[in-house]
Amino acid sequence: MQSQATYDYKVVRQFAIMTVVWGIVGMLVGVIVAAQLVWPELNVHEYLHFGRLRPLHTNAVIFAFGGSALFATSFYVVQRTCHTRLFAPGLAAFVFWGWQLIIVAAAVTLPLGFTTGKEYAELEWPIDIAIAVVWVAYAIVFFGTLAIRKVSHIYVANWFYGAFIIAVALLHIVNSAEVPVSFTTLKSYSAYAGTQDAMVQWWYGHNAVGFFLTAGFLGMMYYFVPKQANRPVYSYRLSVVHFWALIFTYMWAGPHHLHYTALPSWTQSVGMLFSLILLAPSWGGMINGIMTLSGAWHKLRTDPILKFLVTSLSFYGMSTFEGPMMSVKTVNSLSHYTDWTVGHVHSGALGWVALVSIGAIYFLLPRLYGKTEMYSVKLINTHFWIATIGIVLYVASMWIAGVMQGLYWRAFDVDGTLTYTFVEGVKKSYPFWTIRLVGGALFLVGMLIMFYNMLKTIAGQRAYDAPIVVPAAAHA
Amino acid sequence: MADLSGFWNVYVMGLIAFGLLFCLVVLVTNLKASGDGKLQGHVWDETLQEYNNPLPQWWMYLFWFTVIFAVGYLAIFPGFGTFNQQRGAFREYTDEIAKANAKYEPLFQKYQETDLLTLASDANANATGKRLFGTYCAQCHGSLGEGGAPNAGFPNLTDNDWLYGGDPATIKASIAAGRRGSMTPFGQVLNSEQIEDVADYVRSLSNLTPASDRTDKGQAVFAAQCAVCHGPDGRGAASMGASFAALGAPNLTDTVWLYGSDRETIIKGITQGRNAGPGSLTNEMPAWQDFLGEGKVHVLAAYVYSLSKK
Repeated sequence: MQSQATYDYKVVRQFAIMTVVWGIVGMLVGVIVAAQLVWPELNVHEYLHFGRLRPLHTNAVIFAFGGSALFATSFYVVQRTCHTRLFAPGLAAFVFWGWQLIIVAAAVTLPLGFTTGKEYAELEWPIDIAIAVVWVAYAIVFFGTLAIRKVSHIYVANWFYGAFIIAVALLHIVNSAEVPVSFTTLKSYSAYAGTQDAMVQWWYGHNAVGFFLTAGFLGMMYYFVPKQANRPVYSYRLSVVHFWALIFTYMWAGPHHLHYTALPSWTQSVGMLFSLILLAPSWGGMINGIMTLSGAWHKLRTDPILKFLVTSLSFYGMSTFEGPMMSVKTVNSLSHYTDWTVGHVHSGALGWVALVSIGAIYFLLPRLYGKTEMYSVKLINTHFWIATIGIVLYVASMWIAGVMQGLYWRAFDVDGTLTYTFVEGVKKSYPFWTIRLVGGALFLVGMLIMFYNMLKTIAGQRAYDAPIVVPAAAHA
Repeated sequence: MADLSGFWNVYVMGLIAFGLLFCLVVLVTNLKASGDGKLQGHVWDETLQEYNNPLPQWWMYLFWFTVIFAVGYLAIFPGFGTFNQQRGAFREYTDEIAKANAKYEPLFQKYQETDLLTLASDANANATGKRLFGTYCAQCHGSLGEGGAPNAGFPNLTDNDWLYGGDPATIKASIAAGRRGSMTPFGQVLNSEQIEDVADYVRSLSNLTPASDRTDKGQAVFAAQCAVCHGPDGRGAASMGASFAALGAPNLTDTVWLYGSDRETIIKGITQGRNAGPGSLTNEMPAWQDFLGEGKVHVLAAYVYSLSKK
């Protein structure tokens, strides 16, 4: 039943390995900035200052680590579920090298102080153009592969990957619209001004979460969870309904980042309401993933990859409940600008995005080198527990610190003056910042274990491209 | 606050209605729990299949609830275009401020009517002043009023050394209207040798070892150019009497240095001047009267005065 032609795994291998490498780099920078909060004297040089390393951390973990994981898995999934080789493999190679170049450019320019000042869109205009070019190439490869598929129906994972690719192109191009004023100093000015600039920025910012960090990774989930559990997806109907509801509703949620600012009240309210409505569509993905395991729960005892995937869904469910709650203006008036936000982001980023990626990469690596298992399944299990403990320490400490900061900042004394100075809240936060540092460091240690396991799995192995599977005859 | 104009108001309302309608259509078309729980029949990549299970009921209720909540919210609060606009965050803010003012204004009115010297020894007023100081002043002057970061140009308020005078009324004036002391830049007036000489002389005034033995030359420059503000003996504007104090020219004979006592810093200060237009160094104490109101400025003045009397 197998033809001689093989899948194109080269670009998948490259991105899979770089996922682990960039994960380590990005998280290491995260640990460094966390340490700088505990010991400010670690801000040793302007290039290594918190203000410059922090955007390097966010860009590295989101776009280098998360991005590589999305490229690797989407190129794998789209071939496997379309039963065909990649469309335009040369362009796929361009996507890989182009993306690596962009990451390196980011790692150089951000510490040097080149920035647009827009969160998660700090990279200056020449790099913005490069991102747009590489992204269009990515879209051509992905949708081209879909177009030459050998099956009539498009598998659900590809809907999510497709939505992610289209939406990120739109978000990036609109938000990065800027007027370059200098090539030598890489300086540009945003095409928007004032409140409108802020609104466009957070329309982008929240949808970077919604499409880059959610839709894309839901695509990943829809392939690797049923594959690893060897169970059918729980509900086709649920996947259709929550897909459309999710991609439609996310686009409205941005204004909740700008509660109680110069943004008009109606915009804030609408942002909040659609963020609340987003709860059910988000949970649709979690339900579909977790219920897929019914009948296979016992596998969790022995399969650490499945542990990664299922735990990621739990964190996904938790942060997509927390998010809508934090978007409620009353809650936001307490949580905004505090470490609670940082905790929320990391329960999503470490708990959901990183765990599902790690599970998927553990699934992929042996298959990309003609093996059936990683070098050490035991080490995967060790990685799982270290990572999970790290996340719990991180998120719990930030919750406590965040709520405490919020309460400190809004405490009024009998005469209407603020009871606490800002610096008192800072002083009280130190123990929690230390716990956060420990949590983050544990997560990084897990990645190092993964790196070792990866090297041992690959060592001495030849790259392997599996033969293309002939689609099963439809019997519906 | 720019209001939504005719067309854009309709546009916004239309978009919001469309958004909610979209969710309702999704919900209504799935009212009947269809789905037989069997496999859909498609197989991808050898093993991938899908059950045709119905949507979980509790999930549908959750979705319904959030959409109905949204409609109810828009009926009561601003959001649906200009509808309910008058109940927006701006109104929330002004209401809250009005309430707070009504509650606390009498207390600060009472303080304002109290003489500053009396207030400076009132424990309650000082506790209030300390909190105000921690919120508005500590960023520059330090939590204890000790001047914050060394040599950054923020005066120590506890040391009895005053640029403009340390009596309660002058302190209050400094807080209320701010200070922006100006020093003439001498880079165009004196040559670099003269500037170095006068810097050495100035350092010698507070018993710092000069880098050269040309302080006599520096003294001559000082008498010609600097004495008019800093006083003939360098003891500062305030030492020449109340009418000079507003100049704020520092006493150069004590050991207090706003920007540091090293030769380089002093030369830079003389060359570029302060708050004297383009190219000169800047430093400014902001004015607080409009922001805080006189009552709070009064309490702060008493507190700052009390700091220097400890």
